[in-house]
Amino acid sequence: MTDSGAHFDIDVDSGVLRLTARGDWRAKFLKAIDSRLRDFADDSVGRDLIIDMSGVERLDTAGAMVLQRTFAASDRTSASNIVGASASHKALMTQVVAHLDPCHVMPVHKNAFLAMLERLGRGTRDAYFATMHLLDFIGHTLVTAWRVMTRPSHFRWTSTVHHMEEAGLNAVPIIGLMTFLIGAVVAFMGAKILRLFNAEIFTIELVGISVLREFGVLLTAILIAGRSGSAFTAQIGSMKIREEIDAMRVLGLDPMEVLVLPRVVALVIMLAPIAFVASMLGLLGGLLVSWSAMDISPALFMARFQETVIMNHFWAGLIKAPFFAFVIAVIGCFQGMQVEGSAESLGQRTTLSVVQSLFLVIVIDAFFAMFYLEIDY
Amino acid sequence: MSDAHASRQTVIEVRDLRTQFDDFIVHDKLDLDVHQGEILGVVGGSGAGKSVLLRAIIGLKQPSKGVVTVFGENFYEAGEDERLAVERRWGVLFQGGALFSSLTVAQNVMAPIREHLDIEGELARDMAALKISMVGLPAEAGAKYPSELSGGMRKRAGLARALALDPELVFLDEPTAGLDPIGAAKFDELIINLKESLGLTVFMVTHDLDTLHAACDRVAVLAEKRVIECGPLDEVRRADHPWIQEYFSGPRGRAALTAKAS
Repeated sequence: MTDSGAHFDIDVDSGVLRLTARGDWRAKFLKAIDSRLRDFADDSVGRDLIIDMSGVERLDTAGAMVLQRTFAASDRTSASNIVGASASHKALMTQVVAHLDPCHVMPVHKNAFLAMLERLGRGTRDAYFATMHLLDFIGHTLVTAWRVMTRPSHFRWTSTVHHMEEAGLNAVPIIGLMTFLIGAVVAFMGAKILRLFNAEIFTIELVGISVLREFGVLLTAILIAGRSGSAFTAQIGSMKIREEIDAMRVLGLDPMEVLVLPRVVALVIMLAPIAFVASMLGLLGGLLVSWSAMDISPALFMARFQETVIMNHFWAGLIKAPFFAFVIAVIGCFQGMQVEGSAESLGQRTTLSVVQSLFLVIVIDAFFAMFYLEIDY
Repeated sequence: MSDAHASRQTVIEVRDLRTQFDDFIVHDKLDLDVHQGEILGVVGGSGAGKSVLLRAIIGLKQPSKGVVTVFGENFYEAGEDERLAVERRWGVLFQGGALFSSLTVAQNVMAPIREHLDIEGELARDMAALKISMVGLPAEAGAKYPSELSGGMRKRAGLARALALDPELVFLDEPTAGLDPIGAAKFDELIINLKESLGLTVFMVTHDLDTLHAACDRVAVLAEKRVIECGPLDEVRRADHPWIQEYFSGPRGRAALTAKAS
């Protein structure tokens, strides 16, 4: 008889308000009438109200809720009543009547300024404790390494070799490709700029020194930090979530010995060889570009390379590798150990692990650069 | 398998279902009916494929063979709109509650209301408050994030979200697992209550013998890749399949039975 949707009429009958509800009072039709119904409820405060539901064709909990809400605003003396509901509608009305209280949606916010101060304080304190914990962890790793060195039977060879393959060997193709391209790019740039001075031949030194001293090892460290450092965090972190670390402890297995040391040792061993391969491929990239773009033949390239690029550059680069590896592995494991409870924390820690190890790798690299400058190496 | 409820309307109809992961066949030639207004409990040993069956019915695990019909709609062959229409008529409670962790409980409950009914603001808040209160959570819980809740509260909040759109059909995946006995009993009560007042049909995967006794109208036993028995608990219990005998006549099965009797 009516078009679809919820409708209601209001009459006043000798001082008593009468709300006649009609139609389909399901949630999807309530939007249209909700604000009108609220206004009516505000007006009816303290008055008697009769709600007539005989015209209601369909009803769900939301419809019952808004009707009960409206009724609750009225005086609810004996003159007030809900009439005309069918049996099933009545059951719904009874079901919702005890559940009309509003609930909180968002946590209560504090004063914005105080909240900022609180965050600042917390951040400072957390940064302090995080640094202390990291130092503690590094010390713990070194002590464990010492203890295992004195009792070599405790060293986990299988695990170490596994991580050497997983975290090291498997990363070689991508790292090699990357340094190859970087070597090529450096050669291109050198060719383009040095040509202006008629000094194209110096491209060989440019490529040789930059790849050997910096790019080979730095790019390797960056890729390993992103690839293997984060993997360490994720592995150890998910073990932490599943309480595997706790299980190890109560079984008398030292997680430092079982999980951390093999990873650290594996990376420290592997990073230098990978950096070596990476450097060689970087040089190859430079060589090919010199050949194709500048007609410097490979033979000439090699001859000049041997003549001008001294061995120092090679060692200056490679010596950094174990330091980078140590930092990456220790931070990866440390952040994994810091994971707590939820998968969310695992994600945060993994990100943090990459960011921190990249940051420290570059800081250490800068220190080495200054150090080499001072000692004129 | 005598079936007293055959005359009632069938909400879910599964015929000749086969699901598999690569070569591992989970279900084969599985038939199952769920009637309107009943609570069906699905039991079976660990790894019998209870949860997989649930996922196959709600469209998360494509069967390799067979037909799943929900509300008369062949779910896997229906178009986008028909699927959506069916999805709006059911609610699902996943094992851990599956609440969105970046939203508060109230926002979780409001999410489907916003999305499907396009209702915002006070009305949405009132509707969420109603559902949160109906599942027995205090009003303060609405402002909490899922990580701040206990397991039982998370399940209740998940149920509140499942009920947000007043579904006709509710899927519950092990609703009482991990709850203490008091919490579990309250949850059973809650489900029976909601079923009676809202006329829900409930498809419940469970391990909990007490829940079976307390809440379920019919029980489907999953073994040997299919439903081997389906009917009222008293009938199913008498079937002489070894797994059923062991399940219901083991110490826990007997304990639950005596608890029910007293």
